[in-house]
Amino acid sequence: MTITSPPAAGRAAPPRRRNRTGLAGWGFIGPFLAVFALVFLAPIGYSIYLSLFQDRLIGGTTFVGLDHYRQAFEDAQFWSGFGRVALFLAVQVPVMLGIALLVALALDSGRLYGKNFFRITVFLPYAVPAVVATLMWGFLYGSRFGLVGDINRTFGVSLPDPLSPGLILASIGNIVTWEFVGYNMLIFYSALRVIPASLYEAAEIDGAGQWRVITAIKLPAIRGALVIATIFSIIGTFQLFNEPSILKSLAPNAITTYYTPNVYTYSLSFAGQQQNYAATVAIVMGVITMIVAYAFQLRGMRKEA
Amino acid sequence: MRTKVVRHTLRGAGLVCAAALALTACSSNSSSDSGSDGGAVSASALDAALNKGGTITVWAWEPTLKKVVTDFEAKYPKVHVNLVNAGTGDKQYTALQNAVQAGRGAPDVAQIEYYALGQFALGKSLQDLSKYGASSLSKQYSPGPWNSVSLNGGVYALPMDSGPMALFYNKKVFDKYKLKVPTTWDEYVSDAQKLHAANPKAYITNDAGDAGFTTSMIWQAGGHPYTVNGTKVSVDFGDAGSKKFAGTWQKLLSDKLVAPITSWSDQWYKGLGDGTIATLAIGAWMPANLSSGVPSASGDWRVAPLPQWQKGQTASSENGGSSLAVMKSSTKQDLAYGFLKFANAGAGVQDRIKGGAFPATVADLNSPTFLNTPFPYFGGQKANQVFSASAKNAVTGWQYLPFQVYANSIFNDTVGKAYVSKTTLSSGLKSWQDASVKYGSEQGFTTGK
Repeated sequence: MTITSPPAAGRAAPPRRRNRTGLAGWGFIGPFLAVFALVFLAPIGYSIYLSLFQDRLIGGTTFVGLDHYRQAFEDAQFWSGFGRVALFLAVQVPVMLGIALLVALALDSGRLYGKNFFRITVFLPYAVPAVVATLMWGFLYGSRFGLVGDINRTFGVSLPDPLSPGLILASIGNIVTWEFVGYNMLIFYSALRVIPASLYEAAEIDGAGQWRVITAIKLPAIRGALVIATIFSIIGTFQLFNEPSILKSLAPNAITTYYTPNVYTYSLSFAGQQQNYAATVAIVMGVITMIVAYAFQLRGMRKEA
Repeated sequence: MRTKVVRHTLRGAGLVCAAALALTACSSNSSSDSGSDGGAVSASALDAALNKGGTITVWAWEPTLKKVVTDFEAKYPKVHVNLVNAGTGDKQYTALQNAVQAGRGAPDVAQIEYYALGQFALGKSLQDLSKYGASSLSKQYSPGPWNSVSLNGGVYALPMDSGPMALFYNKKVFDKYKLKVPTTWDEYVSDAQKLHAANPKAYITNDAGDAGFTTSMIWQAGGHPYTVNGTKVSVDFGDAGSKKFAGTWQKLLSDKLVAPITSWSDQWYKGLGDGTIATLAIGAWMPANLSSGVPSASGDWRVAPLPQWQKGQTASSENGGSSLAVMKSSTKQDLAYGFLKFANAGAGVQDRIKGGAFPATVADLNSPTFLNTPFPYFGGQKANQVFSASAKNAVTGWQYLPFQVYANSIFNDTVGKAYVSKTTLSSGLKSWQDASVKYGSEQGFTTGK
């Protein structure tokens, strides 16, 4: 839908009035801009400023220009953390969104008994704070006193330790999936609810089956929601922090101080007193996240067009 | 969880600031509010500040300080001490680092372990206590702890306790499986094998990779991996002492004879209580933690001297132990030092000994009352005799890095691999060495091996 503006030539507005409109506009947007600058632009600007300096235990603060950025690009620890979240993104996000989509479609199909109960149950984990959820799962994963340990003892089996270095990423993936399936399901479900019923009626008249309805009507209609949910997940994955940093106390040898880029920034600045380099890593990671999310958005929207 | 603690503390600090403002507003004397280095502060000025009163915040996790605070407030009714547990060890250092970096929210007094003092003193977060005449207290403390608080010609904290190592063992378990209390580390390994063979659920000890434990063990074995000389720092885990430790401990790790349980976790306390963790080689500050953390095992545990690397020797080392330091950012340093003196050189020392803490003060270490105190938790054993002997036998010449907090934080990235994979302990130590050296040179130290 486009709004056609009246041709300007027809009625030439007095220039004075136009100026006043402009000023009034700034007045309305001013409070927003002030807050935006304070909480958004200023911290980013300060981080960039920080990243150009180096504060050393011996020698104090010196200006180092772009040295930290050069260092970040050659930093094996940073890139190993990045590789880990990239792998996480490639595996966990599709699984999580797939499950969320299935659940949303099932709820929307109208064939489910106790729909409201089911919906709230799936959504409930999202209401559990991430810290609590991780602690809870950490105890379940415990191979000594946790659920895994109990299963091992009761059935005399020896399940692989979910907190071992080889499995811990999958274990984290499981926690994150558990936490966020409900949230994504709700996004998809609400998008499905606004599809006009007349489309379904038309499909029924044309003799389309459920599968056909899903692929030809429902999925195209919620593509926007899919794109948004994916972008949220990309950002969330690149910022993975809570789960690994809490599980670290249970599995200190499996989760390194550079396990994900965010964990790395945290340990750089708080254990290593390298706030400046930490700011650099944060900026680099922010830019990468922006690029990936934007690229995905462009791609997603092009398909829609 | 951690953020919550910090937030609480910040709020607390805000209240303190408000109280401080109120106080300064109604007093004309502002000597106790100076945050600068200033000149010497006399004892009478200190007393005046204490009698005038005010509120100070203390960050510490040491449980016996509660009683000290009560008595301190009783003696100086106008001083209010806000005792905050901001986390144990590195968790508190993180919070402290945050507060220092942010420029506010830091406490007036902080508990800092000896290994971490260098990092905070070097980062200019701590007040040099020389201006209060702290140097004259040197003879009151045993040399190890005093050595740790005197850095770069200043005194950056007062020793609170010390941690001469001893072997805590569960006598019930030892009796049940007819084990002999080990006097050498070789005997320790064979006890570990016998115990685990007799009861696959029981382990001689727990170790999931602990930097403080590892360095203390190397210390006892006569290793000197760290050499610090001003801004010249070298790290070498290839020396004889480090190799001795790595060789013996590797046997325990390879045969899975140590429980992979992290210390201070719920599982750990549980294991200490039910006999599945049979011994602990740890500092003499442990009794207070045992009686409060594992009350159910009262009477089961005993204390023995640390096993030796060579039969017949009496070598020992320090494990942990902490001091109280005055933060440079504090606006009430006089009050803060008054508290330090009370807690670590005054009446507070007795309070803490009664609570089960292990002193760093010579007079107490040698006093017959102290040495002959029976510990009901250890079945009436006069455990202080073991600890006191250990304090005297600590191998001399040990040094920590001036950035030991960071080095310890990456211990599990490097040496930790030996606990969960085929990496050996010695190659883990080598990567720890490399990472520490790398950080040191990034921080401007002259580094070597």
